[in-house]
Amino acid sequence: MPVTTLDGHQIHVDAEGFLTDLSEWDDELATVLASQIGLTLTEEHRAVLRFLRDDFAQRGETATLRRASAGTGVPVKDLFRLFPQKPAKKMAYVAGLPKPVGCV
Amino acid sequence: MTRHVVVLGAGTAGTMLANKLRRKLDDTWVITVVDRDDAHPYQPGFLFVPFGGSTAGLVRSRHAFVHDGVELVLEGVDRVDAAAQEVLLLDGRLLPYDYLVIASGASLRPDQTPGMLGPEWRRSIFDFYTLDGAKALAGALRDFRGGRLVVHITDVPIKCPVAPLEFTFLADDWLRRRGLRTSTTLTYVTPLDGAFTKPLASQRLGSMLSDRDVAVEPDFLVEHIEDRTLVSYDGREVPFDLLVTVPLHMGAEFVTRSGLGDELGFVPVDKHTLQSTADPHIFAVGDAADLPTSKAGSVAHFSVDVLVDNLVELAAGRPMSHSFDGHANCFVESGDGKALLLDFNYETEPLPGTFPAPYVGPMSLLKESRTNHLGKLAFRWVYWNVLLPGRPMPLAPAMSMAGKQTSSTTT
Repeated sequence: MPVTTLDGHQIHVDAEGFLTDLSEWDDELATVLASQIGLTLTEEHRAVLRFLRDDFAQRGETATLRRASAGTGVPVKDLFRLFPQKPAKKMAYVAGLPKPVGCV
Repeated sequence: MTRHVVVLGAGTAGTMLANKLRRKLDDTWVITVVDRDDAHPYQPGFLFVPFGGSTAGLVRSRHAFVHDGVELVLEGVDRVDAAAQEVLLLDGRLLPYDYLVIASGASLRPDQTPGMLGPEWRRSIFDFYTLDGAKALAGALRDFRGGRLVVHITDVPIKCPVAPLEFTFLADDWLRRRGLRTSTTLTYVTPLDGAFTKPLASQRLGSMLSDRDVAVEPDFLVEHIEDRTLVSYDGREVPFDLLVTVPLHMGAEFVTRSGLGDELGFVPVDKHTLQSTADPHIFAVGDAADLPTSKAGSVAHFSVDVLVDNLVELAAGRPMSHSFDGHANCFVESGDGKALLLDFNYETEPLPGTFPAPYVGPMSLLKESRTNHLGKLAFRWVYWNVLLPGRPMPLAPAMSMAGKQTSSTTT
């Protein structure tokens, strides 16, 4: 897996830039990852990221938008406002989790 | 002393589990299977129905496939009382259990997307995941004279995640044969970031849609449907003349009523033992479980083998020692009498190679072949005659790397 350095953080990533070693993630890195895709994190973002991290630790699978909405109480529409255009992918990227995938 | 295993659902997973367990537990154990009806569908067969495939033999009596030593109760479930270890049926009967296995599958919920179940349902909006839907779609395709055909996935997880792709390939083939392909635009709409999301599959199969001139609309989460148009949460619109949708999937309603489900009514379980995270006497298997792998008959089959061995250990007072690896094995029809075969688990993405034996196959992994298509057709016989009765299959539950090409062996 390629190693890259972002703002002083040395991280392992896949071909699309998603973190492959989940333990390398922390709140500070989240800020750096967010800035990579033009986002400035607010407490609203961080609440969603915390849910995604906890949920992944329990289930081994990145939550869908529907599940993230149910788990955080943030309406799906607002997830699109917080992480515009491709929220599922962007949320996973900033949370340091694999993007949601199908079986192929 | 009599003890009880109660299985809720006599579909693929529940029937196999009850039959296999009956062979391994002694007569002090009573095994009861509950289902609300006596119609067992062979769901993989629905795929061919919209294109004129026969419906004969696609639905058979559940009774015929449940072992004589297993009691089959035909009644709906009101709820599970986990504290009392009892299942309450809709007719008021109480079934006590020592171990409960929830195998009630996933149901289609078109009611969950505004505008889906409106006046256009089964006029211009169809599904092929139910036999009624597949039959209705066959009629619509017979009358189809070209236009915008849209294949759509509402959200994941869905049963047989490759089925919408298969439908698209078969539709392309069917339209070509009828001389309608040039007058039809085919669009594949998915909430994921592409039709193929795993690295090797994308690399090897990514062109299968563009080669067939199928447009892909990725990252599309439908909010509602109006005026024959899919509208996403971020305001994108996909108009259609004929929509073939895969509605939202949810678990059985009694699961939610019993407080045993997640936000979609699937049962959270340990992904290796299938034990409910809420109650050690409760397990979930097949589509009803929230396993992070495909909702597919092959997963049901392989995980049932693991669960049976673990339940036998628990029944004998020993700890569970078997672990499910997420093994799935899926045929993918690609049209023109060919199919692909996928074999993967929690850790390993679908890889190229041969299956089940190295070099000789006879089936090819992650590649189109006629043999794979014949394998898919032959599987129906295997399903009714070997799998459901719980007879041994020459396939171990754990995925094997034999015959697979890894990055070090792939050129």
